[in-house]
Amino acid sequence: MRADLEIIQQWIPENSRVLDLGCGDGELLAWLREHKNVSGYGLEIDPDKINACIEKGVNVVEQNLDLGLGNFASNSFDVVVMTQALQVVHYPDRILQEMLRVGRTCIITFPNFGHWRCRWYLATRGRMPVSDFMPYTWYNTPNIHFCTFKDFEALCSEMQMQVLDRLAVDNQHRDHLGSKLWPNLLGEIGIYRVTRNPVKIA
Amino acid sequence: MSRVFPEDSVGLVRPETAHFSEPLRLACGRLLDEYELVYETYGTLNEARSNAVLICHALSGHHHAAGYHSEDDRKPGWWDACIGPGKPIDTNRFFVVSLNNLGGCNGSTGPASPNPATGKPYGADFPMMTVRDWVNSQAQLADRLGIRQWAAVIGGSLGGMQALQWSIDYPDRVRYCVAIAAAPRLSAQNIAFNEVARQAIISDPDFHDGHFLEHDTLPRRGLKLARMVGHITYLSDDAMGQKFGRELKTEQLNFDVNNVEFQVESYLRYQGEEFSTRFDANTYLIMTKALDYFDPAAAHGGNLAQTFAHVSASYYLISFTTDWRFSPARSQEIANALIAAGKDVSYVDIDAPYGHDAFLIPHPRYLQAFSSYMNRIEI
Repeated sequence: MRADLEIIQQWIPENSRVLDLGCGDGELLAWLREHKNVSGYGLEIDPDKINACIEKGVNVVEQNLDLGLGNFASNSFDVVVMTQALQVVHYPDRILQEMLRVGRTCIITFPNFGHWRCRWYLATRGRMPVSDFMPYTWYNTPNIHFCTFKDFEALCSEMQMQVLDRLAVDNQHRDHLGSKLWPNLLGEIGIYRVTRNPVKIA
Repeated sequence: MSRVFPEDSVGLVRPETAHFSEPLRLACGRLLDEYELVYETYGTLNEARSNAVLICHALSGHHHAAGYHSEDDRKPGWWDACIGPGKPIDTNRFFVVSLNNLGGCNGSTGPASPNPATGKPYGADFPMMTVRDWVNSQAQLADRLGIRQWAAVIGGSLGGMQALQWSIDYPDRVRYCVAIAAAPRLSAQNIAFNEVARQAIISDPDFHDGHFLEHDTLPRRGLKLARMVGHITYLSDDAMGQKFGRELKTEQLNFDVNNVEFQVESYLRYQGEEFSTRFDANTYLIMTKALDYFDPAAAHGGNLAQTFAHVSASYYLISFTTDWRFSPARSQEIANALIAAGKDVSYVDIDAPYGHDAFLIPHPRYLQAFSSYMNRIEI
């Protein structure tokens, strides 16, 4: 399984109901169904990825995340997952709000634009960073909303989200001492587990 | 010399007739004492009887879904694009049953059949049918064929509604439900179009209150108009634009209402005329009424999720971006209700230009998405 999914699955309880936003080829949902008796649905817009889900027998719904999650009832899922999609949606704050409404907990992963390599690239070349991991140039990238870990956490507190777990890993999804000590500098990918602030609900 | 059919065709097929003498109780309150259903089968029923698939037809469809009736047949069955060896409904794996619905005009008991009470054609005396009635009659056919549980019930448009109704009424007899370009109920606009079609038929002087056969005539003009209106709703604006645009039939405008001026007029008239000679006007009324009446959620106060609460099938919903008769939003309503009910459902929205008729057309992504789902059905 993809390394980030291996980490995420540990945060998903058995027999739970999961909604996976931008579910790709359905790998996570297929694994969770197999190993943790998890039921769920994936949302995806790429026809080839949708087809891969169908071949795996994963429930997949063709739906554009930018149009929101209005078709899902509040509190209707135990966990709402969104891996590597925060940076491609038009309104990251709105989708986060929707995730928190629909799910009891949410798991989000995204690339850290504050990683030292990005900073170094921008500082020395004066141009938008391009790497193997993020191979697009500014004009053709699907990634339209980059942020750093600090940015994300600022948004979390602004939206009164509670961060339950946080992991900063490298692009092989390994965590090491460096990314633990200086996540915003040495972590390449952030994996967050968040929930609504209970105060806000009341 | 015998004709060679394409390799992915089921080839020559022959319709069969099943006679039922057990009365069928209908939603309208009436009983159909006896009736016949005409059907075709493709592929082979396996020993476990676990590979049977039921095809439900749409408004003007019938039992001849795939293959050819004779070596001279110009066209194959109406869903030949999707049924055959290696096609989405793969006859190498599945045993496919396709029937003409009750009230139809292609061999099953319908308004043109003799009424046993009078010896004359039923005409307008044939009872109104509902999707539920059809499903009940199809269940009788399943029993006759020794099929306890369908691997899948599949249909497009009105056929998709029958597939949904099957999963609701006989939850233990359907493993997979595939509803394509369907809707959970008709909108006011849908019903309005149907009503225009019905009025066209009923107001034709040759209709004779539905007893036109006894008067040795057919309400051709009314049926033609009904089909012309219906046909517009099957196509998208783009598809019509691409096919006809504003192209003229003649060199120039002739400022004359009696003659065809635009190509699209010519096309619609041809479609209407061709239809008016092969289709029964009373069947058209029955089919459009069955569409209007379909509303499985009505019994649950309009709550579709609750309607699906007890079902056990897995669902596959397919819509087409340019379908405005049963738009993608209508399939999404069904998907949302199934998700709220916690049922297995997948939904795809195929970007195809052909409007509602797209479910009959072999668009590459449609065929692939359809095949992928069917292939995973264990038999």
